[in-house]
Amino acid sequence: MVVSRTTTESKEPVSSTFGSRYVRTALPKYEIGESSIPKDAAYQIIKDELMLDGNPRLNLASFVTTWMEPECDKLIMDTINKNYVDMDEYPVTTEFQNRCVNMIARLFNAPLGDTQTAMGVGTVGSSEAIMLAGLAFKRNWQNKRKAEGKPYDKPNIVTGANVQVVWEKFARYFEVELKEVKLSEGYYVMDPEKAVEMVDENTICVAAMLGSTLTGEFEDVKRLNDLLVKKNEETGWNTPIHVDAASGGFIAPFIYPELEWDFRLPLVKSINVSGHKYGLVYAGVGWVVWRTQHDLPDELIFHINYLGADQPTFTLNFSKGSSQIIAQYYQFIRLGFEGYKNVMENCRENMLVLKEGLEKTERFNIVSKDVGVPLVAFSLKGQSFHSEFEISEMLRRFGWIVPAYTMPADAQHITVLRVVIREDFSRTLAERLVGDILKVLHELDTLPSKISRKMGAEDFGNVKGKKVEREKLTDVIVGWRKYVMDRKTMNGVC
Amino acid sequence: MVLSHAASNSDVSVHSTFASRYVRTSLPRFKMPENSIPKEAAYQIINDELMLDGNPRLNLASFVTTWMEPECDKLIMSSINKNYVDMDEYPVTTELQNRCVNMIAHLFNAPLGETETAVGVGTVGSSEAIMLAGLAFKRKWQNKRKAEGKPFDNPNIVTGANVQVCWEKFARYFEVELKEVKLSEGYYVMNPEQAVEMVDENTICVAAILGSTLNGEFEDVKLLNDLLVLKNKETGWDTPIHVDAASGGFIAPFLYPELEWDFRLPLVKSINVSGHKYGLVYAGIGWVVWRNKEDLPEELIFHINYLGADQPTFTLNFSKGSSQVIAQYYQLIRLGHEGYRNVMENCRENMIMLREGLEKTGRFNIVSKDEGVPLVAFSLKDNSSHTEFEVSDMLRRYGWIVPAYTMPPNAQHITVLRVVIREDFSRTLAERLVIDIEKVMRELDELPSRVIHKISLGEESEANGDNLMVTVKKSDMEKQREIINGWKKFVSDRKKTNGIC
Repeated sequence: MVVSRTTTESKEPVSSTFGSRYVRTALPKYEIGESSIPKDAAYQIIKDELMLDGNPRLNLASFVTTWMEPECDKLIMDTINKNYVDMDEYPVTTEFQNRCVNMIARLFNAPLGDTQTAMGVGTVGSSEAIMLAGLAFKRNWQNKRKAEGKPYDKPNIVTGANVQVVWEKFARYFEVELKEVKLSEGYYVMDPEKAVEMVDENTICVAAMLGSTLTGEFEDVKRLNDLLVKKNEETGWNTPIHVDAASGGFIAPFIYPELEWDFRLPLVKSINVSGHKYGLVYAGVGWVVWRTQHDLPDELIFHINYLGADQPTFTLNFSKGSSQIIAQYYQFIRLGFEGYKNVMENCRENMLVLKEGLEKTERFNIVSKDVGVPLVAFSLKGQSFHSEFEISEMLRRFGWIVPAYTMPADAQHITVLRVVIREDFSRTLAERLVGDILKVLHELDTLPSKISRKMGAEDFGNVKGKKVEREKLTDVIVGWRKYVMDRKTMNGVC
Repeated sequence: MVLSHAASNSDVSVHSTFASRYVRTSLPRFKMPENSIPKEAAYQIINDELMLDGNPRLNLASFVTTWMEPECDKLIMSSINKNYVDMDEYPVTTELQNRCVNMIAHLFNAPLGETETAVGVGTVGSSEAIMLAGLAFKRKWQNKRKAEGKPFDNPNIVTGANVQVCWEKFARYFEVELKEVKLSEGYYVMNPEQAVEMVDENTICVAAILGSTLNGEFEDVKLLNDLLVLKNKETGWDTPIHVDAASGGFIAPFLYPELEWDFRLPLVKSINVSGHKYGLVYAGIGWVVWRNKEDLPEELIFHINYLGADQPTFTLNFSKGSSQVIAQYYQLIRLGHEGYRNVMENCRENMIMLREGLEKTGRFNIVSKDEGVPLVAFSLKDNSSHTEFEVSDMLRRYGWIVPAYTMPPNAQHITVLRVVIREDFSRTLAERLVIDIEKVMRELDELPSRVIHKISLGEESEANGDNLMVTVKKSDMEKQREIINGWKKFVSDRKKTNGIC
């Protein structure tokens, strides 16, 4: 505890940040207070409350980057007061965005000439990117139908049931019907054949995922493309593909370069990727690139012109910080192809270490594949008295945040735990996690299951009457929690 | 220049950041480079290029905050790696957002009971906030029309032509027709009577601006409300109002508390405000609050549940940083009513000082009012020989970024220069700006106007046969410059987003 002097505008001398009157009286929570408080007090109050937040680096649920080099932190802080949208005033920052778009487009093999500019934009995340891509598809399809004199009031989009919630948002907010290809046990991604079957004349696009959020699997985009090409030939509908490469876009080009999933496939018209996932930047940047100019209807673009040069913009957000864009450019030039490849290979190796460690316990089924996003999704083997949710809760005591999820329809009876391997998840941490999981399993083994405990308690009758009540209460809470978890569609799918 | 050792994966050792081989060869611009480079080199390269960006604090075009206290900077940096949407993992950050929403709802006099929670959300900016509010209105109107068995395929929204570009985006992306009330010379905001006239059965809402981007004026929301109440009685359409208080929302409650513009008016159903304008936070945060639950259709909300507590979310963006939400909470508790009032009063005093300084020169018309957002919009009294665009260009040489804009229809012939007074624009800077503007006016007076210049050149080239070559060359450059200027003016006129933020 530091004893310090703080001065305030009201002439009150205070002798210590912690002992000042402002920390003794509770701050109003729902209304703005009348008076100011000293900045040190404000800082300390907030910092103390935030101690109870989880540690971002131990949050194994998230794909989003939680560590960057100190040099980059410096750059971020220097540019924190630059409003990205002021393109006139910050032409270099705008130029950095354009360079990033071009680098990413070429990484995805967009059919561009050497000096041709790519078509794309930086966004706040893949959500915005997907909404923009979806808007482009919707408008393109509407224009096509209008030209053909056909009705255009019922657009739909075909995806797998494993899609991230943003597609549901897009469908709901932009009034597009969502046709989901259901999963099945053992097959947790979109089946290309079923998807192509669901395509009809109102389909604005088929969305494939490179890096399913739940298991990290890459969907077979090539197969989807080939089947869809055939169907398009028969029907003449010309249905395009969008690849949601939010996680996979910065993995596949570096460790699976021969995998054809991007613009090398002719029906792929737009791709989105999260800069803040394996792009290795803090939360707040995503990218979407289109194959060519024609895939982005001009009527959606707002034109800003400065110094006579045309700067087309197509975003949902307007004012936003510039820091993440600059950080993304930093990563591109700092790491280069070689650096990204090293990071991804390292992640994959750590993933294998974790997977093997879990397999050795012989208590888990590994649901995720080796090829895909470096994560390990696992569920308990066989009939168990305990659920994955309990393991998740007990791991929290050790500091790990490892959430458990139920799969979407039609595999809701499967629950998995998921650990995402990010750049800052080292091998030692992986080994420690396996150790802690073993400890948790031992503890759970000694605990009777909640069901058996309840049955046992009833036998004892009245003496354990209180316990029965408590057990009922626990059951109700657990049951309610499971119920709401099942309705939970956004838990950690990011 | 620091002599440092940078270790890299490729076995090349470098002795100095600047002389390293990585800075000698140029970096690829359109393709990701093959190799890594040391982090110091990467930092230095980017830092050097960014030197050529404008200085954010001298950007007088922008309403967006460009300075915060170092303590807040520290908080921002320590939470930069928190993904806001992980509500499970960061419950305190989520709680801070909820507190901010409630504070802002109370600030806007939302009709809430003692322990009732406000309905609202933090967004990335007012653009997202407005889209969410517009979506709510659209869905509500659609549901109402469906229930009445009437067609619901032609929604429209009534606004002034002075609205910020995000309303046009909303209209275009969400397929709503935009019915704009045209401005007129001397009247640069939405006329409530004309607006109410334009309302029809397909109108999902009327949007009023508290703090017009071009001249900072507050629209008369009370008059709009009263007129619309009358019309609603006649027609039974129940058309609501949305107040775009992006700039004014954090000014009016502190400087003009008796001004009725918020939820005190019964037809106002939602309000948006930019945390990153006079909320005094860096770019990247906005807020939207609804009057009560009924104004936000349940079907638009996605429910996240953790620990059994219901956390409804309604946003367009998903993953984003937490720093700005925490910074907003910092400002609200650090400053309180007293602090915000002090800052706003200070801004207004500096604005008056700047305005008086400009009036003293006798060369400018002041287009902005005293009551409103603290900014000064001014145009040249006599723009026959020089335009406001030239004044803007010449001020850049002194370091000031003061853009010039043409007004929207029907006042496109008026051009204004606009200076926004932010918290970090002190009185000394205001005085210096006036001096520099006077210098610029003197310089412009000495320069002949470009129009006159061309005519005299034309006459010269006809008179002096021998000097033909020289004058022809000059007029080529002149022509080029004219073309560039003409093009610049043409695109400036089409320019809808210059500094309107």
